Amino acid sequence: MTEANIVLEAKNITKQFPGVLASDNVNFDLRKGEIHALLGENGAGKSTLMNLIYGLHLPDKGEIFVNGKPIEIKSPNDSIAAGIGMVHQHFMLIPVFTVAENVMLGDEVTKRGSLDRVTVAAKINEISKQYGLDVDPNALVGDLPVGLQQRVEIVKTLYRNAEIVILDEPTAVLTPQEAEDLFRIMRDLTARGVSIIFITHKLKEVLAVADRITVMRAGRVINTVQPSETNEAQLANMMVGRQVILTVEKKDHAASGDILKVEGLSARDQRDLETVHNVSFTVRGGEVLGIAGVQGNGQTELSEALTGLRAPTGGKVTMDGIDLTGKSPRVMTEAGLAHIPEDRQRHGLVLSYSVADNMALCDYYRPPFSSRGVIQQKALDENARKLIDAFDVRTPSPFVNAGKLSGGNQQKVIVARELSRHNVKLVIANQPTRGLDVGSIEYIHSEIIKMRDRGVAVLLISAELDEVMALSDRIAVMYRGQIVAVVDSKKATREQLGLWMAGAHVETTQA
Amino acid sequence: MQEEKQSNSLIKQILQTISDNSLVPFLAILTAVVVGGVIIAFVGGNPILAYRGLIEGSFGSTKALSETAVWATPYIFAGLAVALAFKGGLFNIGAEGQLAVGAVASSLIGYALPEWLGYDLPAIIHLPLAVLFGVLMGGLWAAIVGWLKAYTGGHEVINTIMMNYIALNTTSFLLNGVMKDRSPTNVIARTPLIADSARIPPIFDGLRVHWGFILALLVAFGIWWLLNKTTVGFQIRTVGLNPDAAKYAGINVKRIIILTMALSGMLAGLAGTIEVTGLNYRHELGFSIGYGYDAIAIALLGKSHPLGVVLSAFLFAAMRNGATRMQFLTQMPVDLISMIQAFILLFVAADAIVRYIYRIKSKGERVVLTRGWGG
Ligand SMILES: Nc1ncnc2c1ncn2[C@@H]1O[C@H](COP(=O)(O)OP(=O)(O)OP(=O)(O)O)[C@@H](O)[C@H]1O
Ligand SMILES: [Mg+2]
Repeated sequence: MTEANIVLEAKNITKQFPGVLASDNVNFDLRKGEIHALLGENGAGKSTLMNLIYGLHLPDKGEIFVNGKPIEIKSPNDSIAAGIGMVHQHFMLIPVFTVAENVMLGDEVTKRGSLDRVTVAAKINEISKQYGLDVDPNALVGDLPVGLQQRVEIVKTLYRNAEIVILDEPTAVLTPQEAEDLFRIMRDLTARGVSIIFITHKLKEVLAVADRITVMRAGRVINTVQPSETNEAQLANMMVGRQVILTVEKKDHAASGDILKVEGLSARDQRDLETVHNVSFTVRGGEVLGIAGVQGNGQTELSEALTGLRAPTGGKVTMDGIDLTGKSPRVMTEAGLAHIPEDRQRHGLVLSYSVADNMALCDYYRPPFSSRGVIQQKALDENARKLIDAFDVRTPSPFVNAGKLSGGNQQKVIVARELSRHNVKLVIANQPTRGLDVGSIEYIHSEIIKMRDRGVAVLLISAELDEVMALSDRIAVMYRGQIVAVVDSKKATREQLGLWMAGAHVETTQA
Repeated sequence: MQEEKQSNSLIKQILQTISDNSLVPFLAILTAVVVGGVIIAFVGGNPILAYRGLIEGSFGSTKALSETAVWATPYIFAGLAVALAFKGGLFNIGAEGQLAVGAVASSLIGYALPEWLGYDLPAIIHLPLAVLFGVLMGGLWAAIVGWLKAYTGGHEVINTIMMNYIALNTTSFLLNGVMKDRSPTNVIARTPLIADSARIPPIFDGLRVHWGFILALLVAFGIWWLLNKTTVGFQIRTVGLNPDAAKYAGINVKRIIILTMALSGMLAGLAGTIEVTGLNYRHELGFSIGYGYDAIAIALLGKSHPLGVVLSAFLFAAMRNGATRMQFLTQMPVDLISMIQAFILLFVAADAIVRYIYRIKSKGERVVLTRGWGG
């Protein structure tokens, strides 16, 4: 490889946030037409490095070169002009606008004073065809599934002639099929000379698609390796700095009586369509029931109906014999529910509250956090210190706003809060490890198993089949709003589960 | 970790927050004053003289100071009303109506209760009754809007404006009718004078500033304490910042919306009540034109922080109070003050302009717009 091949180079980049050195003299380069994966534990500084390159933050020190020329990036306008595009994990799209309107936003094409949708649509169609993106310029963004919304973001970068595309954890919210499609698109892009920086926590993906892999830890680059000369265990080791056990250790454990009993539950989504039909199952104390299924088959509505965030339209839910159908979240948590919500920033956190306040978000009104209606800040802080320690939340202090933590550390704040609640009988965990690094996943898995061994009932909803298979004692498969199969996890095979998830007809086998 | 360093930097953090939050309002005021000066010069006035008049008229003597405090009193209450609603994620444009309702209610108790009872009440009972009734009615009036928002989704901006019309026209109807002062010489739409036992005494003899001003400062502190130190305040702020997370946290969001509106209306009602019991000793149609709207500007300029509200209430009060002296010295119309106030508000609301003029980097260097897993 010659120097000429390097399209982007970041030299000696340093960025200090209050209490955190997020980028410590980082050197990073990207070659033309390659997929360069960026790995690292939560809070390692991956997003920060990308935000520095994209112009969302300004570095304290360091230089950025594009095609060998030094450029000054003060805002995203500068980086876009230099041919850099970035797709954030959650998209900056306006749901009530069409794809074409979203794509031209900020760079509007007008014809005699009004928006020229025709020209834009034609250009989108061209890009879409060229890279096999299959995006309809006239569709309303709000109606599109996440996978397609992400492609709209990719179109947006290409529309602005990006030759360097940054993808920050693009696969965290995708179904396996959507992720496969994304990888195909990434390869198409690189074949045409586009260069890609790809951030993920999934080691399998890295080994499958990356040309080079750079690992970061605590704001520093640890190493850059070739996928052919490494493996999952070694990568995990480099990321975390210790041996990571990639399989869950789980002893056999006898389940006790029914804790959660769901009978004939139905629920509707925002559009008033029934997405959960007549679902029945039980979770016993001391067992993990995993719900497998392709995302969008009613898991969201099911978990919301079980946790008080959504009123069920039919059926009955009891916990330990107490009827909780349609009760409020407060009644449910008082009865012993701990809930790790699917959307951490929508439900799980108040981003402008401190970590300490967030760690008491559901219990602020109880002693020791309050006494006679007065918040006891000391107790809140003490609790936060304990949990930050126990769950290894990377934060400079308990007083920092939750919004300032890295994505994975935000998730850890929620998991720590919920698993440490005082009266837990039932844990409902929806995508508990989304966006977490391997080390944190290992820890949270072991915590969930510990809960189970203590006799707590666990309902695990996850888009990761591996996670469901590793943790569950029994696995239920959800398809089009129904539980189509329940099996003992020891007897379950990936292939069989995959078939059920895809809708292959089955006689419900009760395990 | 480094614990001492942590707590040390906490104090620094607090100071930082204060200076971060007051920089833009301060520069907005400065800019508005400069722009106002240019306009005064442009129409042939002397800006220095005009501003001297303004300062003399508002702070130049004990009497001027007392009058500034008199103006500031309803501004503080009404500003707190709007600020509290902002904290709960609600935009209360209805302070003007809630204030009128409070004033009508307390004046009724003030002049009519002794008549109904047939004997005089001691001040220790009569005054609190008059104030409390005004506060409660203001709260009730606003709570209706909260209820509509919580249970029908009706937007509080529309509904508070509607309720303003109802309140102001009902007031006019009452003051021209059953509540009208029937003394033979009176032709104005106003109530009779309230009984002595329902009046808040002045702090100093010969000056109009009354104990309601001290109450305003205490209430400002009380609201700060409520918002930041109590579970009720925690709930209000959580609902204001993230209603979905509030629901998840087990907070009864509907109840908190109603409560927030009710508290906000009570504060606005208090503004009206205090004007009746502390200053005018009656309710007269049109006494408050604009307090409730100025309150929005005051809350915005004060960044919805109780201390900020007190400070900006003072600024607005000083400008209103000093305007006459300014007019006397320079023949500049009093309306000029409204214009400068409007500029202040404009620069606070469009803080990008101020940041651009003074080349201030926006703090946090623009937080990413997304709600990303990857952060
Ligand atoms: N705006 C900010 N203000 C203060 N600190 C910040 C800010 N953004 C990030 N940080 C800190 O910088 C560090 C690196 O964060 P970053 O988001 O880059 O991590 P990451 O590698 O992307 O992690 P994850 O895998 O969890 O997304 C973290 O300790 C975080 O708390
Ligand atoms: Mg990140």
